[in-house]
Amino acid sequence: MSTTQTTPPGQSIADREGSLADYASAWWARTRAGDFGAIPIVVGLLVIGIIFGALDPVFLSSANFVNLLLQMASIALLAIGIVFVLLIAEIDLSVAYVGAVGGVVMTLLLRPGDPGWPWPLAILAALAVTTLIGFLQGWVITRFGVPSFVVTLAGFLAWSGVVLILTTETSQAGTIIIKNQFVLGLSNKFLPPLLGWLLAALSVGAYAAVQLGQQRSRRSRDLVGKPTSVLALQIAGLAVVAAFTVFYANLTRGVPVVTLLLGVFLVGWSFVASRTRFGRHVYAVGGNPEAARRAGINVDRLRIAVFMIAGFMAGVGGIILASRLRSVSTNTGGGNLLLDVIAAAVIGGTSLFGGRGRVLSALLGGLVIASVSNGMDLLGLPAGVKFVVTGLVLLAAVLIDSISKRTRSA
Amino acid sequence: MSDPIPEPILRCQGVSRHFGAVRALDGVDFEVRPGEVMALVGDNGAGKSTLIKGIAGSQPFDGGEVLFEGVPVRLDDPKASAALGIEVVYQDLALADNLDVVANMYLGREMVRGWVLDEPSMERAAKETLASLSVTTLRSVRQEVSALSGGQRQAIAVAKAVMWNSKLVILDEPTAALGVAQTRQVLDLVKRLKDRGLAVVLISHNLHDIFEVADRITVLRLGQMIGVYRREDTTQQEIVHAITAGTMESVPGMADDREDIR
Repeated sequence: MSTTQTTPPGQSIADREGSLADYASAWWARTRAGDFGAIPIVVGLLVIGIIFGALDPVFLSSANFVNLLLQMASIALLAIGIVFVLLIAEIDLSVAYVGAVGGVVMTLLLRPGDPGWPWPLAILAALAVTTLIGFLQGWVITRFGVPSFVVTLAGFLAWSGVVLILTTETSQAGTIIIKNQFVLGLSNKFLPPLLGWLLAALSVGAYAAVQLGQQRSRRSRDLVGKPTSVLALQIAGLAVVAAFTVFYANLTRGVPVVTLLLGVFLVGWSFVASRTRFGRHVYAVGGNPEAARRAGINVDRLRIAVFMIAGFMAGVGGIILASRLRSVSTNTGGGNLLLDVIAAAVIGGTSLFGGRGRVLSALLGGLVIASVSNGMDLLGLPAGVKFVVTGLVLLAAVLIDSISKRTRSA
Repeated sequence: MSDPIPEPILRCQGVSRHFGAVRALDGVDFEVRPGEVMALVGDNGAGKSTLIKGIAGSQPFDGGEVLFEGVPVRLDDPKASAALGIEVVYQDLALADNLDVVANMYLGREMVRGWVLDEPSMERAAKETLASLSVTTLRSVRQEVSALSGGQRQAIAVAKAVMWNSKLVILDEPTAALGVAQTRQVLDLVKRLKDRGLAVVLISHNLHDIFEVADRITVLRLGQMIGVYRREDTTQQEIVHAITAGTMESVPGMADDREDIR
């Protein structure tokens, strides 16, 4: 009956396990089709390294590398939440101040004797508050159909006011010092050299085990797995990055505790985004909300959940920021933190148009943003210049995103 | 076709749907049998969409009776229809461009093991479904839907619909936006659904396509049924005439004070 399309039943679509060369050419084809992947990041980091390294050799020193790890942590943690929000094609402009609220709440609860809560309770309370803020904003957005842009812009102003009220209320100077050793240790303690190596080896081993396990389970069911050569390259790549990080950091103070924390959150949220039903639905809502709705997904509930994730991660980032600065003050969460965080997510490769991106982009983009700001600090550039440069970096990231989208749909 | 004619899987008897004073659907009888392609034609406002929305449960009928496999059923919401095995492939297909073929086919019904998506099982089953429908133009089921042609997208949407043990598939203008070669693929797909014993309702404005794949043709006009024609016994001219003027002696209802309803 039909023409050329018929094949014997059972013979399925012809995808086969390619060679490394096939993989490379497929990658090149994807790139030309507008899926730039990690290219902008790699190029960006090289450019940053060369420029700042040439202007000030300290930039590439191991001491500064550890500084960078500390500085990027809060940005990347906040950016994880933004990645989820961007994936459903929404935006959250309030995260920086929501994070600050988290940091302030924790700091106030920790004040010795007033009320002097134990640190686990203070941290939990802070995270509960920021998650609740995320819920409220998500609820308003879905319940009343107000664009998230407007609701979170209102949040941006309102929560900055809350930070101001809480800090000036308790301290004349508007600065409250953190004295709790555990909280301070998050951003000011370092892993012993041996432990750093051990954890690096463990994570590379775990990654290899998961990847090889997946390949085996696919092959056992006659499905195409990744070629072993590609897997080997990916595992080797991770091993090199992990080993370099530990080695270079161990030359001075060691790997910061907060870097480990960041790693745990990255792995956890990556798992949620790419391996769970919830994560799949997040991408679906970002790609085509109507299709998601018809597929029986409760789109509003999912949106609220995503804003709660953003609130939660803002709280985590805010606590880490407070820990690094050893205090909270009237301008916690201000400056270009919000821009840095959104820029990090977008530079890392998460699209502003929804449905495309990875949790890992929070780390990659955070690294770029922190490097730029760190380098400018080293050069002693004035705040005005820093603002201008950060703005330009964000603009560049958004342009790359737009070009990628246009190339894809062309 | 010398087999005994099977009982209709779906039979609508005198179904109606009113919007205020407007009767979008007025006592229509409609049926489709397993292994049959029933075309549903009519001009804009004839009530085609109202009829399928009623069958799909997204806009329930307010009069008449529906029998599914001989049993009276209430199609009050889309879930009720889906539970019976009725699937509708709407014109806009409802695919998420940023997800791959497998993810789209399982959207909302993902297989999981514990907390984790069971990708190998989904991929296998998706491949089997596509292979059984002889959809072979795909390079890989892990391709993003954004990279597919219109015909391929239609095929994915249809495969998604038939994957869930559906018994009746309603296709809303499946070839409207397609070129010649891709229309060919989709019509072949419709024939294969029929060969599998599914009941297919095909809505189309293209009589050419209809005369190629349909067994019977139901003509609606201004919310009423004009007639059911066996393809062998009719001509395109007769269908066109039925769509536009009607073969009834008088125009049914008060046609002149009716509005176009979609």
